[in-house]
Amino acid sequence: MIKDFGKYVIMFVVLVLVQVLILNNIQVSGLINPYVYILFILLLPFTIPGYFLLGISFILGISIDIFSNTPGIHAGATVLLGFLRPGIAQLISSREIIEKGNMPNMTQLGFASFLKYIVTSVAIHHLYLFIAEAFSFGDILETLLRWILSSIFSIVIILASQFIIFKK
Amino acid sequence: MRSLFRFLLRNHFLMLFLALEAISLTLMVSFNDYQRVTFFNSSNNLVGSVYQRFSNLDDYFSLGRTNARLAAENASLRKQLQYRIKNQENYPINRPDTVDAPAYVFTSAKVISNSVNKQFNYITLNKGSRQGIKQDMGIINDQGVVGVITNVSQNYSTGLSLLNKRLLIPAKITTNNYFGSLVWDGEHYNTADLNEIPFHVIVNVGDTVVTSGFSNIFPDGIMIGVITKYAVVSGTNFYNIKVELSTNFKTLKYVEVVQNTKRAELIKLESNNIKE
Repeated sequence: MIKDFGKYVIMFVVLVLVQVLILNNIQVSGLINPYVYILFILLLPFTIPGYFLLGISFILGISIDIFSNTPGIHAGATVLLGFLRPGIAQLISSREIIEKGNMPNMTQLGFASFLKYIVTSVAIHHLYLFIAEAFSFGDILETLLRWILSSIFSIVIILASQFIIFKK
Repeated sequence: MRSLFRFLLRNHFLMLFLALEAISLTLMVSFNDYQRVTFFNSSNNLVGSVYQRFSNLDDYFSLGRTNARLAAENASLRKQLQYRIKNQENYPINRPDTVDAPAYVFTSAKVISNSVNKQFNYITLNKGSRQGIKQDMGIINDQGVVGVITNVSQNYSTGLSLLNKRLLIPAKITTNNYFGSLVWDGEHYNTADLNEIPFHVIVNVGDTVVTSGFSNIFPDGIMIGVITKYAVVSGTNFYNIKVELSTNFKTLKYVEVVQNTKRAELIKLESNNIKE
């Protein structure tokens, strides 16, 4: 348990630093901004208590916010994701898999379910994020384009990172 | 009362979600008032030092380019200096004037964090109140206007980049001195809109746009950009002018912070007009 705790702390720090120092600087025509740090929320065990999940989501979001000068925007998006995660998990796989204490990763869920899980979560998180960032429905088409392109990019990076970690 | 507690306990997941979402929204909305939330931004010391370290590492990769630009700037300054000395020789009395201290003081600083892909972009600099940086100072570099300082901690400061829709800069067209206000269009990192230029003014593509000096933040005549496109908007009396910015925000590295030493005096004087 203690070992797992340490593992998650390191993962948190690494993901936040990778996001703010590297990924926030990726700018392809101003439309593609990948946000991969939500991987931390997605990889937490299914058995985690709800209040804990929400608390961690909020802390993760506010950490990104402080670094990128966007108070509340990322925190709101991650809290929404944390709130919807149990629902998403039930949608993509059977109750037994979740209750057996499985971890939400590619080897245990299988590629198809894992892909569904990632795509749904990234889409919800990014949609909230880009609408909150634009803070208006003025250029709704541009916001939607930004949402779709960035989501695809984030999903590709997340899947690639999972393939590298779980290649055995 | 007890049933209320029971209700809260049973729905604690939903309640906690709503509470955290409310906090996030409050932070988001109150930040519009852009100087209020001072903790939640990258001028705070911990965040500043993380960016500083990464920027120190990153510097090694751009040493060559930075040197070339510094050398070019030195050359252009030396050229200006030559003219200045020549002009002074024409005056018979050449004594330094101690009454009229320079109105603008420049402090150099390094950009340790910067973005161009958000709707509201911010810059973090590696100097703060200890080095004399204060709120509402202008930020420029050798290419032109960069932004305005909004938050200062002991060793770091953050500012609105010109690529932030909340920043309006008083600007004028050099060929005819008509002034308007410049604001980022939110689309591309090197274009902005110049508003409030009445359409009886003759505007040409290629005209230079500079700061007007009316804001007390920037000196008069700091380069902003060049007009690339203009159109009359039907139903208004003003042009819709597109300006290509001279500052390249993607390669921002070293900047100068401008302090107007007479700003307090000017503001005091101008506020008298409002009272009367």
